[in-house]
Amino acid sequence: MADKSNADQKDESVVTLAHGAGGGAMRSLLDDLVVPQFAGDGESTVTEPAVGLPELDDGAVHPVGDGAIVVTTDSHVVSPRFFPGGDIGKLAVAGTVNDLAVMGATQPTALTCSLVLEEGTPTADVKRVIESMAATASEAGVQISTGDTKVMENGEVDGIVVNTTGVAYVEGGAFVTDAGLEPGDRIIVSGTMGDHGISLLSAREGFDFTGDLESDVAPVNAIVAAALEAGEVTAMKDPTRGGLANALNEMAGKADVGIELEDGAVPVNGAIASAGEVLGIDPLTVANEGKVVMAVAEADAEVVLSAIRGVTGGEEAAIVGQVTEDHAGRVVVDTGFGRRYLSEPEGEALPRIC
Amino acid sequence: MSSEQLQFRNPEQAEQLADRLEALMDDIDEPVTLMHVCGSHEQAIAKFGLRSLLPDGLSVRMGPGCPVCVTNMPEVDEAVAVAEQGAIVATYGDMFRVPGTQKSLADARADGAAVEVVYSASEAVELAAENPEEEVVFFATGFETTAAPTAAILAADPPPNFSVLSAHKYVPPAMEVVAEMPDVDVDGFLAAGHAATITGYGLFEPFVQEYELPVVVGGFEPVDVMLGIERLLEYVRDGTAGLENAYPRCVSEAGNEQALETMWSVFETTSGEWRGIAEIPGANLVLREEYAEYDTRERFDVDLDAGGPDPLTEQCICGDIMAGKADPDECDLFGQECTPGNPVGACMVSSEGTCKIWHEYGGHPDL
Repeated sequence: MADKSNADQKDESVVTLAHGAGGGAMRSLLDDLVVPQFAGDGESTVTEPAVGLPELDDGAVHPVGDGAIVVTTDSHVVSPRFFPGGDIGKLAVAGTVNDLAVMGATQPTALTCSLVLEEGTPTADVKRVIESMAATASEAGVQISTGDTKVMENGEVDGIVVNTTGVAYVEGGAFVTDAGLEPGDRIIVSGTMGDHGISLLSAREGFDFTGDLESDVAPVNAIVAAALEAGEVTAMKDPTRGGLANALNEMAGKADVGIELEDGAVPVNGAIASAGEVLGIDPLTVANEGKVVMAVAEADAEVVLSAIRGVTGGEEAAIVGQVTEDHAGRVVVDTGFGRRYLSEPEGEALPRIC
Repeated sequence: MSSEQLQFRNPEQAEQLADRLEALMDDIDEPVTLMHVCGSHEQAIAKFGLRSLLPDGLSVRMGPGCPVCVTNMPEVDEAVAVAEQGAIVATYGDMFRVPGTQKSLADARADGAAVEVVYSASEAVELAAENPEEEVVFFATGFETTAAPTAAILAADPPPNFSVLSAHKYVPPAMEVVAEMPDVDVDGFLAAGHAATITGYGLFEPFVQEYELPVVVGGFEPVDVMLGIERLLEYVRDGTAGLENAYPRCVSEAGNEQALETMWSVFETTSGEWRGIAEIPGANLVLREEYAEYDTRERFDVDLDAGGPDPLTEQCICGDIMAGKADPDECDLFGQECTPGNPVGACMVSSEGTCKIWHEYGGHPDL
């Protein structure tokens, strides 16, 4: 078994796929290896960020002049690289635009593009990915203005790896974290849950389900801008890896509040729900790539909801729950039959056998 | 979701059934313990929060109903050993992280062995056809629902580089062992609808006669589960033992006779250790002599002297949990040293395992 070594023994543990699946394994890897090395000591001459690595938010916020610069970065590997509803290029641009958006930075200033290509990858594939990145950036209202390209030997990397970094400026202190929830706030999701994760898993394994399973990958900055314009958003996240379950648990944990979710209120596409049943995987525990989940002050919930519904891609937005003082750090679901926890998924999602 | 599924997910119907359970418990007027023997039942109960609908005094516990969880450590060790000898080992996703004495298949893969997750027995055969130069071993686990498909592919002349490492299990003998445990007091069994689609519900008749306990075959939607419990409580109230099929839309008395015929032509039962529970006579399925050429245990020489297990496993109470003697949160390791990401016992690995289910959903009714 991995990870059971004592401190005085030589550390022979290795990185496993579970570390990459988000949740607790990933967090302990970051807490042990990364955050303490990079986080400043508060005494050096560099400017301390307003939101930095220890917060493990979707991006960092650095005060500059009267406002702040928000910066985020993300590396993308996905198999298959072209999938129903999108491709790795669209995913790489939307992912970074969305990480900025959920920090309250809905107008990205610039994006970068770093490519690591495997020898032998068809140039037609690379062209298709680049065209897709350009189109998605244009949709999000931003230009990709610098980049880097490396080629590695066959077998040293899997096809195409894309890294994107995004930078945006926000006025004053108008950024939003994932930790600002207050009891009484309402929880809003901007649309159906689980589309990306369930459709990818199905495509990857060649399952032939009836019905159209499609990734939801898309920029959400327009949706977030409409919400921020309409009312008081206290916390936001894009529910990517680990899905809504991961996002809500992180938000509840950081703010030390509970979240109560109405199971019946969470929108899930019918074909996605069916495929999830067959796979034995809950759509609330897998990635979305074109959605946002936010906590909104109770009095503003309805106006924010209708503002989101007025934006393309936000038509199926719904109020799905509320923030409570009870069950601090946990998410409780009312199933209509009774109540249960919605927990953070741990490890890779593994379909069941029976 | 199909309209049929939705029909069995109607909270109002479940609440009406809850009222009937309440009335039945009033009539019975003493505590009742029912046992189900399928992780999918525990999934349904925990995922929908059904325990909060059960009346006081009624306990519904999970027995040895997770085939992944009862797979014994040395069986995992065998799979790890053949993977380390260079074979491609194909197995179901649930088995991937189940700890053996020293390693899981996931650990073996992280160390460089070829381990593939497959979704069906036929996918494992395809893997063998695609890799004719490699030995492909299907580490086959599960009850009758997966044993029947394993048998079907073996009967259909698979490629010569394919073999099966069977850890398949057979449920009825395990129910007998649990019913005979002196410190387990069960008033009735809710049997698994999935397995019964293959075996037929008639299979349980001898058990009902011998142990004078009611057995009801139930489905997996919330209303199915509530219906099964209601029927069982009626037997308890009447003081009778009987066999009933509360899942008629899927299960027949005789089952899938063709699948059964194939299954018993390929497999025979033998005595085997169910992890943490007991050595159970007739509860392991192994390949018959006629299929020895496809038996991994005949093809590979596996030395299982792997050293001692992780000392934490001695604190693991998976066995008591699977025998219905303890709840997961009575284990000191639960949610602490033992989590789905780093499981000590197999009950924390599979989505069918009691500990994994409780860790994910919480198991108690009073959330």
